[in-house]
Amino acid sequence: MRRESVPFTRVAPWRWKALHRVGIGGLALIGFSPFGVLGLWAFTRVWSFPDGLPQEWSFAGWQWAFDSGSQVGSGFSQSLSIALITTLLALLLGIPAGRVLGRQAVPAWIRLILLLPIITSPLAVLMGLQGVLIRLRLEGTLLGVVLVHLIPVIPYMALVMGSVFSRFDFGYETQARSLGADPWQVWWQVTLPLVAPGMAIGAVFAFLISWNEFLLTFFIGGGRVLTLPMLLYGLLQGGNNTLVATVAILSVLPGWLALWGVSVCLEKAVGLSPAE
Amino acid sequence: MRLMNSLGGTRQVLLNRYGPLLPALALVGLLYGGGLLLAVAQSVGLYGLGHAGFTLQGYGELLRDREVIGSLGLSLGVAGLATGLSVLFGLGLALGLRGLGGWAIWIGQLTLPIPHLVGVAGMLLLLAPSGWLARLAFQLGWIASDQDFPLWVNDRGYVGVLIYWLWKEIPFAALVILTLLRSMGRDLEQQARLLGASGWQCFWAVTLPLLRPGLLATSILIFGFVFSSFEIPFLLGPTYPRTLPVLIYQRFTHINLDQRQQAIALGVILLGVAVAVVSLAAGVLEEAGSRPKRGKQP
Repeated sequence: MRRESVPFTRVAPWRWKALHRVGIGGLALIGFSPFGVLGLWAFTRVWSFPDGLPQEWSFAGWQWAFDSGSQVGSGFSQSLSIALITTLLALLLGIPAGRVLGRQAVPAWIRLILLLPIITSPLAVLMGLQGVLIRLRLEGTLLGVVLVHLIPVIPYMALVMGSVFSRFDFGYETQARSLGADPWQVWWQVTLPLVAPGMAIGAVFAFLISWNEFLLTFFIGGGRVLTLPMLLYGLLQGGNNTLVATVAILSVLPGWLALWGVSVCLEKAVGLSPAE
Repeated sequence: MRLMNSLGGTRQVLLNRYGPLLPALALVGLLYGGGLLLAVAQSVGLYGLGHAGFTLQGYGELLRDREVIGSLGLSLGVAGLATGLSVLFGLGLALGLRGLGGWAIWIGQLTLPIPHLVGVAGMLLLLAPSGWLARLAFQLGWIASDQDFPLWVNDRGYVGVLIYWLWKEIPFAALVILTLLRSMGRDLEQQARLLGASGWQCFWAVTLPLLRPGLLATSILIFGFVFSSFEIPFLLGPTYPRTLPVLIYQRFTHINLDQRQQAIALGVILLGVAVAVVSLAAGVLEEAGSRPKRGKQP
């Protein structure tokens, strides 16, 4: 087979290339400008209207955030435990479900049931559920919030694991079993290592869905489950920009850390960045 | 007896095939399906506070309510505009990023895990009348005081809400399209160019048709999300006019119990409209998917 390199575009002159880079860089700068402003405000004591930069810098916002009197610490740990429990439960239920979804054709209505909670608003469902959760005394508790967080997270995990298992060669399992491995060994030593990268991506996004969730916690938490988004919501009503910016930065960091962590792990494990 | 046996056998086979799906399906079905059923039952007066037998009166009243129709139209308009512009600019951005390395994708991915409330906080500090943009305009001498800066947050024109959605969804659309472009490769486009197509012709006749199913799927996701989002119009939008989700929240937290009942019915309407739009678009998607097959017939 003859393969020649085809001159697809004329070699762009260096000026055009530089312009291209500057344009993309400018767009990225605009895109990240809300964070730039948040970053400045988080280290500010005084910054009144016409000035482009703060008049007085300080760590007061951070001192307040790490003070045991503020609710930031407990909000952070509450958010973290809700997101971790939700992710763990979603993995427990999502992996077996994904195995079935990836291995064989399932009726369309099953996929629909799994898709609906992801792409539609939970508002109607929440208002319906609220009465039941109140009667079960789960409204305003950690467990109740975890339960409603599972509504979008489990379908998401099941579909992600479904696509992971659709690329998984079940022949490996057959082979291991024919060589005398018991089901448990097959799972720990053959299947799990092979699906682990996809599982990690699914887990990170499940964690993030729960970590970022506002509406579900707002309705079912009843103001008693104070996750970081609830805290940020309260601060936004208050209007102290330094505190808002501090908590905002604290709530982005775990997401970025998780994303960075999973991409580093994946590169190590299979030499593949998640973008590919 | 044999029938019973074969029935039992079928059940066993079904259980073996779909058994591992059941826990996930049951939990989602119980929470989502159960919640929805309860909502529908409450909205037609079969269950809950002040239930008085089956009636569709609630829905009839709502569909004659001007505020409800206005909110529905506003929600559809905001979602439609945000979706169209995000996909359009996302496509442009993806084409611009195509030749660049993986770092462009990496930067785009940084925007994905940002909580909505953090984005809202950043937007408020940027766009508010005393925000950073207003300060910049003042320093440049464009405005004489913060009174002169256009109202872009909590404004009745929903400019702030739209800016937020474009900021959030353009990178998302660009990322999806960039992934599609990478998996597509350049072979077909190079072929077209080799056969004498201009860059523009190549885009219209080759690149865009290849991308269309992906673009439509991205639009469905963005539309569904923006249409039913509550916190963004709640925090960045005005107190009036309200989008449908904000109206629902307001009626649900009203002291008057009738209003609560109405809110639940409105929630069902919101869900119905979203499902209708999404399945309509999905139907188009399916048709588009089956078209090339027909085209291949000699």
